[in-house]
Amino acid sequence: MAAFLGDLIAHNKRLSLLLFGVMALFLGGLGALFGEYYGNWQSGLTVALVGSVIYFLVSWFLGDAMILSTSHAREISHDEAPQLWNVVEELAIASGNPMPRVFIIEDDALNAFATGRDPSRASVAVTRGLLEKLNREELQGVMAHEMSHVRNYDIRFAMLMAVMVGMVVFLCDVFLRSLFWGGRRRRGNDKGNAVAMVLALVLAVLAPFFATLIQLAVSRQREYLADASAAELTRNPRGLISALEKLSTDPAELEGANRGTQHLFIVNPLKGKRQGKDSLFSTHPSLESRIERLRELTIS
Amino acid sequence: MTMGWAAGVLLALALGGVILYNGLVRKRNDVENGWSQIDVQLKRRHDLIPNLVATVQGYARHEKELFERVALLRSQALGASDLAGRLRSEGALSGAMKSLLMVAEAYPDLKASANFLALQEELASTENRIAFARQYYNTAVNRYNTATETFPGNLVAKGFSFGRRELWQIDDVAERAPGRIADLAGDGVTKEG
Repeated sequence: MAAFLGDLIAHNKRLSLLLFGVMALFLGGLGALFGEYYGNWQSGLTVALVGSVIYFLVSWFLGDAMILSTSHAREISHDEAPQLWNVVEELAIASGNPMPRVFIIEDDALNAFATGRDPSRASVAVTRGLLEKLNREELQGVMAHEMSHVRNYDIRFAMLMAVMVGMVVFLCDVFLRSLFWGGRRRRGNDKGNAVAMVLALVLAVLAPFFATLIQLAVSRQREYLADASAAELTRNPRGLISALEKLSTDPAELEGANRGTQHLFIVNPLKGKRQGKDSLFSTHPSLESRIERLRELTIS
Repeated sequence: MTMGWAAGVLLALALGGVILYNGLVRKRNDVENGWSQIDVQLKRRHDLIPNLVATVQGYARHEKELFERVALLRSQALGASDLAGRLRSEGALSGAMKSLLMVAEAYPDLKASANFLALQEELASTENRIAFARQYYNTAVNRYNTATETFPGNLVAKGFSFGRRELWQIDDVAERAPGRIADLAGDGVTKEG
């Protein structure tokens, strides 16, 4: 188990770094094309690289705050929700991690997520609906799932993913718009420019698509793994099973969630995404298959 | 040439030794950490006792015997010198506290009071914390013991006296079966004597 956990942590740290590399490469390329379009690719590249380093630093230090605030999460203390606080602290002890900050999202939907760049600067958030509808055992299952994400550094990768993929989608949008509206200002109209423009268009259309696809694919395995680790932490898969069953019957959509942050949550917060079979475009495995895998743990 | 080879092999051995040694130190620190966490949580349990006794006393004055037993077990647990003794008295204390909670079944007013409900949550959480801390500690001890007893860690462990650590095993029936405590609290004390 120890070696396995160590591998997971190392894997997530590597992936986070790789994410930055790919991001810088992509932004650099986009910047160079953009620059070429306006006459000078070197300055475009430089601006893009400097920009991506700054953006990486911002997501590294402020990513969790950004995610928590777009999700309308509010930090609480022990006395505001003693049971939630206690459950989180119990699992911090079980996983050997420091106590994370605890947040509540005032929403009737049943959901929860964890974020932060490492276990000593982690935050967990649950919705008011979850707090009201789950009993202690179920709440423990859900928080154990979240603490597993914290323990194996899923939170770091998922946080950077949320902030950076969101940025790729946004930048490509800006780029496309500027092509349509600002095109007349360009100087040359030679062949090289036309090629660059076609390339840029393809990139701008495909990049957000692939970024989202990767984001989706990467998060599915993590959900299974966090479910299994939750059962290992609590020595009791029943709590999480019955929590997931309750979550699967909840029809409400979470207001503060969006396509950039959906992969952070324990179940998909967006409407219409929760039911149905597993597909290429789902961030989470279907709840049926998650529950089934947990059931297998109780039998063996 | 042979000198070079010999030096290379020695260097590799030394490097391997250092890595093994550091690994053992890290695992031993995990064990110490696990133990100090248990310590913190046991203290938390002791700190809750006066509050619990005061709350129950307000409604159930004549359960005097039980209050005295809890107080006695608490001081025994605090005064225990060796690990085995401490674990035994903590187990008995835990049982006695659970029977104190069960007293509330007979007093509806007490059971419904906000103070008691809050205490009940804190106590349940404390018991969970202790159980989880023990789980963490035992895992760390297992990992450490395995590392010190298997090859090649055992060579380093012997050389630098990394001794075997004890698991915290539960031999107290009261802690094993939380549902059947009420009648166990009675003979918990005599076992301690």
